[in-house]
Amino acid sequence: MTTLQKIGHYLAIIVKYFSLVFFSFVAVLPVVSCVITAFKTEEEYQNTNVMTLPQSWLNPDNFLQAFDRANMGRAFLNSTIILISVLVVSVLVGTSLAYVLNRFKFPGNGLIRNLFLFATLLPGIAMQIAVYGIMDSLNFINSLPGYIIMMCGTDVIAIYIYIQFFENISVSLDESAIIDGASYFTIYHKILLPLLKPAIVTACILKGVGTYNEYYCANLYLQNKKLLPTVATSLYTFVGPLGSKYNLICAGVIISLLPALIVFILFQKQIYSGMTAGSVKG
Amino acid sequence: MAAQANTAGTKKGFLQWARSRRGQQLIIIIAFMIIPLALLFTFTYLPFGEMVGFSFYKMKYVGKRTFVGWKNYASVFSRKDCFGALKLSLYYMGGSVVQLVLALYLATVLSFKVKGGNIFKGFMFFPYLINGIAIGFIFKFFYTRGFVFDTVLQWCGFQLDNLPYWLKDQSINNISLVGTSVWRYFGQNMVLFIGAIMSVDSELYEAAMLDGANRLEQFRYIILPSIKTIVTLNVILSITGSLSAFEPPYVITSGANGTGTYFVVMNEIAHTQQKVGLASAMAVVLLLIIFAATILQKLFFKYVFKNAEDEDFGAAKKREKQLARYAARKAGR
Repeated sequence: MTTLQKIGHYLAIIVKYFSLVFFSFVAVLPVVSCVITAFKTEEEYQNTNVMTLPQSWLNPDNFLQAFDRANMGRAFLNSTIILISVLVVSVLVGTSLAYVLNRFKFPGNGLIRNLFLFATLLPGIAMQIAVYGIMDSLNFINSLPGYIIMMCGTDVIAIYIYIQFFENISVSLDESAIIDGASYFTIYHKILLPLLKPAIVTACILKGVGTYNEYYCANLYLQNKKLLPTVATSLYTFVGPLGSKYNLICAGVIISLLPALIVFILFQKQIYSGMTAGSVKG
Repeated sequence: MAAQANTAGTKKGFLQWARSRRGQQLIIIIAFMIIPLALLFTFTYLPFGEMVGFSFYKMKYVGKRTFVGWKNYASVFSRKDCFGALKLSLYYMGGSVVQLVLALYLATVLSFKVKGGNIFKGFMFFPYLINGIAIGFIFKFFYTRGFVFDTVLQWCGFQLDNLPYWLKDQSINNISLVGTSVWRYFGQNMVLFIGAIMSVDSELYEAAMLDGANRLEQFRYIILPSIKTIVTLNVILSITGSLSAFEPPYVITSGANGTGTYFVVMNEIAHTQQKVGLASAMAVVLLLIIFAATILQKLFFKYVFKNAEDEDFGAAKKREKQLARYAARKAGR
């Protein structure tokens, strides 16, 4: 290599790492500043700059107070109930629908696929104007089961992931089971469902993140904030009189994103592949 | 007697039929589809139909409804706060261009060997997993006068007096909000692009290396063609996504100081002012615009990709499928 090429080579490396460090810094800065503030006492928060590090990194006061004021114990309980129910129902409903659509040819198959496709074009926020009326007439407002049913109904992406996965499972597997006398239900439940596990994990992570983070519908349909807060909506406590106590607010925010952080660290690979599944492969 | 025998016969016939393959198939098709279709109908198509109906009435959620014909639609176009709000979409379109370019650049960098690549990737992706309300608080805090953003700029040598109020100053506040949206999604886009780049056969890179291609050439001739589809898709979706921008202003400024996008205004009209008819008309108008935009884009890309598709027969279909999945994912947000 000539010296010029060498300089170019090193320059490229410097630019590469500089941009990675810079954008990582940009990505974490807002969250890190919240962590810093969450550990400050009231007095420190009033008198120091926001980016000054707290005196003690072990001060749990704000976290305890935020947890208490925002009723987060209840919120975590509700969110867990919602999360588990929605995941179980949407896995059962989604996989069975995908099984029928992929394995059987019947008039209306294409139409049904298109109905689900078209539904994705309708923006959710706009639809809630009319969904609200329907939820009201079904007595689903301020009802945990009602909210869960509604959350199960808006699942299209999972069905796509499942159908795609079924396409890669050979039909000869079904056929040999039929020769052995298995019913279609047995084939679905004993043979195909276990094979579908990777797709189910992927779909559950995507759906789980969406359900846990949902705040718009939760706020609209679970209006009783005393009894029916979710982790996301419990943060609404800090709108209003507490709106400038950022040491409390930041602690609440950090508590609310801890579960997401833990899941992310544990399932990084699955989350990335979940993101790319269905969009990269044709 | 004869009648009895007859019912017994049909009963037996039904059971036999149910046990036969055809019968089993029909039963399982119906049993497995009834719940998802009921859900789809109740929470998508029924409200869709109702919304179109609402748009012709002057109404609240409860109480009397008066038929007003096209008056709501006239208001959508004549009221300053409704249709004018669509201008703000331009900011969000600009933001998505920045976001795509940034994601593409970082994905390219990270797809080569990089020390600590996974950690960088994790840092940049994580904002995507934070819930909307938390993001609202994080950025209200971040942009407050003299707080995080101002402090960091002061480290870089700016004077506080010269800095604007990021969320109040109308010349900059929409850009601040778009910034939060870029912050949230660039890592996720980057992960998508990395996935697409990784799906390229690694032998291609080796061959290119042997041929003496440099990084720029590798990007131009190997990476770019392989991710053309996914980039195109993102461009298409960013336009419809910008028209329906909602979250950043809703959670950070509640649409105050001229940051109310079309959907924020619609949400306010529907749920605070309870003018359900007008809000429905707004929703229908935007839906029509989105449909028109989608169809136009499809035609446009059909024309652009016409030559390429002569070689690749399945490409159009493939892209359509991907578009659907993408839209689904966006809707899932």
